[in-house]
Amino acid sequence: MTRLTLSKALNEGLRKALENDPKVLVMGEDVGKLGGVFRVTDGLQKDFGEMRVVDTPLAESGIIGTAIGLALRGYRPVCEIQFDGFVYPAFDQIVSQLAKMRMRSLGQITMPVTIRIPCGGGIGAVEHHSESPEALFVHTGGLRVVACGDPADAFTMIQQSIACDDPVIFFEPKRRYWDKAEVDTAGGLAAARPLGQARTVLEGTDVTVLAYGPMVRTCAEAAMAARSEGRSVEVIDLRSLSPLDTATIFASVRRTGRCVVVHEAPVTGGLGAEIAARVTEECFYHLQAPVLRACGFSTPYPPSRLEDHYLPDLDRVLDAVDRTFTY
Amino acid sequence: MTVDADGAVTAAPGSPGHDGQQGSRAELIQLLTPEGERAEHPDYPLELSADEVKSLYRDLVLVRRIDTEAIALQRQGELGIWASLLGQEAAQIGSGRALSSRDMAFPTYREHGVAWCRGLDPMKLLELFRGVSNGGWDPKQHRFHLYTIVIGTQTLHATGYAMGIQRDGAVGEDGEAVIVYFGDGATSQGDVSEAFIWASVFNAPVVFFCQNNQWAISEPQERQSRIPLYQRARGFGFPGVRVDGNDVFACLAVTKKAMQAAREGQGPTLIEAFTYRMGAHTTTDDPTRYRLASELEAWKLKDPIERVKAYLVRGGAAEPSFFEDIEAEAAQLGRQIRQQCLAMPDPAPLAIFENVYAEPNSLLQSERDQFAAYLDSFTGAEAAR
Repeated sequence: MTRLTLSKALNEGLRKALENDPKVLVMGEDVGKLGGVFRVTDGLQKDFGEMRVVDTPLAESGIIGTAIGLALRGYRPVCEIQFDGFVYPAFDQIVSQLAKMRMRSLGQITMPVTIRIPCGGGIGAVEHHSESPEALFVHTGGLRVVACGDPADAFTMIQQSIACDDPVIFFEPKRRYWDKAEVDTAGGLAAARPLGQARTVLEGTDVTVLAYGPMVRTCAEAAMAARSEGRSVEVIDLRSLSPLDTATIFASVRRTGRCVVVHEAPVTGGLGAEIAARVTEECFYHLQAPVLRACGFSTPYPPSRLEDHYLPDLDRVLDAVDRTFTY
Repeated sequence: MTVDADGAVTAAPGSPGHDGQQGSRAELIQLLTPEGERAEHPDYPLELSADEVKSLYRDLVLVRRIDTEAIALQRQGELGIWASLLGQEAAQIGSGRALSSRDMAFPTYREHGVAWCRGLDPMKLLELFRGVSNGGWDPKQHRFHLYTIVIGTQTLHATGYAMGIQRDGAVGEDGEAVIVYFGDGATSQGDVSEAFIWASVFNAPVVFFCQNNQWAISEPQERQSRIPLYQRARGFGFPGVRVDGNDVFACLAVTKKAMQAAREGQGPTLIEAFTYRMGAHTTTDDPTRYRLASELEAWKLKDPIERVKAYLVRGGAAEPSFFEDIEAEAAQLGRQIRQQCLAMPDPAPLAIFENVYAEPNSLLQSERDQFAAYLDSFTGAEAAR
């Protein structure tokens, strides 16, 4: 076990993938000499060369479009989109091409492309650097969407995503890049939790809180605070946003009878809405309260001096938890 | 602005209404005149045997027949839509026949002639336009990628594929290269500019083959560019060339040279095949609303098939029976396409869920199961009656 930041854990995971499969490529803006603006790809170009760790021209559609071509040729590209708000120029290539290529070919084309997107707010950034666009991709059939919440998951999930034969949108919680935890870098993927499986972070009996990415830590802290007040909160890190691990979600909600979904993304049309609908369908007679959401507002992401109010924090999570006991 | 029978511009440069994008006659590479006379070009020597010319003629006639039959099938409700290649046969057959079996081609949705050259069964194209599949052929088998409908996006796929060729070490004397097709309208798309940039800075073995058929649905070429399209390449740092797109010899020679340069590691070329879309954009379009009949008449005189026929007749290389045999073969091909199209079954409802993901997907599986049970409920109800 090694104590690593989430950023370094991703770096180690990418390194393993590059070592294990000569078809794996890393590509994006500033991923080479600079090592990425968050240093996630630090040192990889030095060790694997410019043909495998590719500094691309500055055009996101070009990054994904050429990655599709490389995948058609048998490569396994890992693309970095520098910030969440810069993925939209590539949206057409992701939604209309990458996601649909397999069906278009009746299964004769495989698109093992991973798209890494640092996401979310909380770092005091300017506009377009703090967004959470995951629902747009969850809505798109043909894509898998995952989010890592801690260093150990970052290390395994990036490798699993690269090994996956389907395109994966891989969300990295940028304000957690510097979180440190023990990571088993010697461990293989065989023993790792499957990519599509959620993880129970804290067990509890009174209410289920579902989160992913940067909100996992926030919710765990909220659960600890609630515990001191005698309330037992179960926190589940969804990890896979598409497909959702509904089995884990339903099992927990059936036990607790209450459910709160937490995400930074705007509440309207977000993952919380999808989960609320499914929980209502499948756990109707177990519910003591409606499924509640603690999310970002249905606005553009605000200027950073306001982001502490926009982002769900410990208090807003606890407020939602408390409200599930008022029905 | 008008274009005369030789593709030259009548308005003077700098004059009001001058459309610089049309370029001048001198820029156009032509090896076979509309009258069927052989021309020479110092940069593009081309030796073709009589049999080779006959073979090109056969291709041109047969792909036009596929097109005619498909339009008729659409008119009769058997296809949802069809994108006609009428007028562009030479650009497609000339460039398609320039490819080696190892080269890879990336088409738009109109490259029926290139598909023919790559050995793809025309029925696969009809499947798409009938709505039975979204393509569904194996791109590896024919070295012919799936049709791409979103304009210009495939230029990036082709460029990425060419970067893969570089990484495979398959550039060199016996190398591989990629050709990607797009139209004049596509040159306005950001993806095409990005593909030009990528191909240029990475020196990727890709040939950009632009069929400038003068019209992007209703928008004329001057809505896309103020300069001749082939001149765009210079700004991106690689050569561009304009070829008579209705001249199958010139399209063959120019594409061969560009592909060989790409295979050998000399990087990309932009070929602008100057041609004309004789039909509608697709069967849903009505070109009489936006273009003059006189323009069409002028281009009829430059027909890509008639000039090859004139050349063969003039040189005494083909007897009347040769042309009759080709006509008979075309008629037979048309009948065969019609029969097979009419016999084409719809996919089963549960095919909706197939080939969405390579790996098992719990969400999709549960939706599929629910829908299957729903469908079965009707069967059960009928059985109970």
